Amino acid sequence: MLGLIASIPYWAQSLLRVLGGIVAVLLPAGTIVYVFLFKMMSFMQSRLGPMEAGPFGSLQLFAEVGKWLQKEDLYPERADRFIFKIAPLIVLSSTFLLVAVVPFGPDAWFTNFEAGVFYALAVSSVSVLGILIAGWASANKYSLLGGLRAAGQLIAYELPMVLAVIGVVIQAGTMNLQQIVVAQNAGSIFGWDGLGNPYILTQFVGFVIFMIAVQAELTQTPFDMPIAESELVSGYMTEYSGFRFLIFFIGEFATAGVFALIASILFLGGWGVPFAWFGWTSIDSIDNWMNVVGPLIMFTKMMLLVFIIMWVRFSYPRFREDQLQRFAWKVLIPLSLVNIMATSVLKVAF
Amino acid sequence: MAKIPGLLKGLGVTLGTMVETVTKGANTVQYPHEKETPPIRARGVIALHEGNCTSCMLCARSCPDWCIYIEGHKELAPPRRAGGKPRQVNKLDRFDIDYALCMYCGICVEVCPFDALFWSPEYEYSEPRIADLLHDKAKLGEWMETVPEAPDLEAGAEKKGKK
Repeated sequence: MLGLIASIPYWAQSLLRVLGGIVAVLLPAGTIVYVFLFKMMSFMQSRLGPMEAGPFGSLQLFAEVGKWLQKEDLYPERADRFIFKIAPLIVLSSTFLLVAVVPFGPDAWFTNFEAGVFYALAVSSVSVLGILIAGWASANKYSLLGGLRAAGQLIAYELPMVLAVIGVVIQAGTMNLQQIVVAQNAGSIFGWDGLGNPYILTQFVGFVIFMIAVQAELTQTPFDMPIAESELVSGYMTEYSGFRFLIFFIGEFATAGVFALIASILFLGGWGVPFAWFGWTSIDSIDNWMNVVGPLIMFTKMMLLVFIIMWVRFSYPRFREDQLQRFAWKVLIPLSLVNIMATSVLKVAF
Repeated sequence: MAKIPGLLKGLGVTLGTMVETVTKGANTVQYPHEKETPPIRARGVIALHEGNCTSCMLCARSCPDWCIYIEGHKELAPPRRAGGKPRQVNKLDRFDIDYALCMYCGICVEVCPFDALFWSPEYEYSEPRIADLLHDKAKLGEWMETVPEAPDLEAGAEKKGKK
């Protein structure tokens, strides 16, 4: 497989990587919107959701995109035009930067980056800049308030997220996402290797903290204070219409997908199956078909995690701003610090 | 910590509703394809029984939205018995209800002293032009066909005759 990649010229490799990145961002986003936002939310409210466009409304998303694309590109009179226009692109670019580091199979990766975890956590905070810029450039008090709230919230919840991931990094002994996957699937639980050693078992506290922080990073309910529609119209997105809103929308759900992918790598074993099943010992001995099956396994795990994110979103009401900050600083961060200490002690002890 | 059982219970409610919707179907109706039958006393549209109307104007005056327009004139009708005086009757020229204004309070139906107005459960009369929501006498008369029979009185509610 590696030989095959080397035989392709560099420009074609780059083209394939770009296409793969677009697919890896847009396909999960579209699936998440249809399966969860359109259908699951409707079922949870005892209705059927879109049913007219295509069988069971499966083409509804195309209808929505078509509607957004034909809308006028509006901007407020006093807006800072250039900044206003690039803000959604900055938010979406953070998603694309994030997916670049996700491994989908033993050889199916965009970049095999040594400090992958560090990189992922760093670029995920680029979206804060876009949101803050959007809030400021709109020249609208609701947008500004929403942007400031978003900045405060994302910075507060980045800390527990980083601290929760540190537990995984300590246990795996590497920051390379690919090697974290291998470490989980090659691992064993007290000598029994039928399940590998997914870190959700040993790092359950870290997993819960990470998922709560992801929920807040995505500004999904109950952490949707920045776009609280009953007080701020739509927060930093208030002044956006047409395809700029569409880009924000894609960014929101694509980021949900990518964060779920990263959570599945860190805690659920990523693309891999326990190596003991097929007698593999290291990453080099894995059969080539895993490059096709691996992305499907990843996709399944992603859907499972996004299901949890969306389930919580559709069930709970919104946190108040002070509750939200108190929860991050007084509960999640101390808890994740304790988790790190316990992990390091146990790592040394065993 | 004390809130966790409640939070889990909340998740259970949404998941239970989802399973119920998938297995037993939704509470909603896919409207243009299938229609709900409205309850028998539903306030869909007001029908006019023209023969009962005396153009007394009570409905028009009690309408909070002033959406009823009545015009009439007096006419002489032939006497009931031979040799009698010709009777004076009120002839209805115009009876319009503007459903763009109507708020479906039903006060006109209540105040009508001669049972000329009735509720009908029909609800499909939207129009592309707002002016077409003004239903005239003929159209209000057509709605009479859709007025259901009044449901039976409850046991013991019959009027006691005077002895």
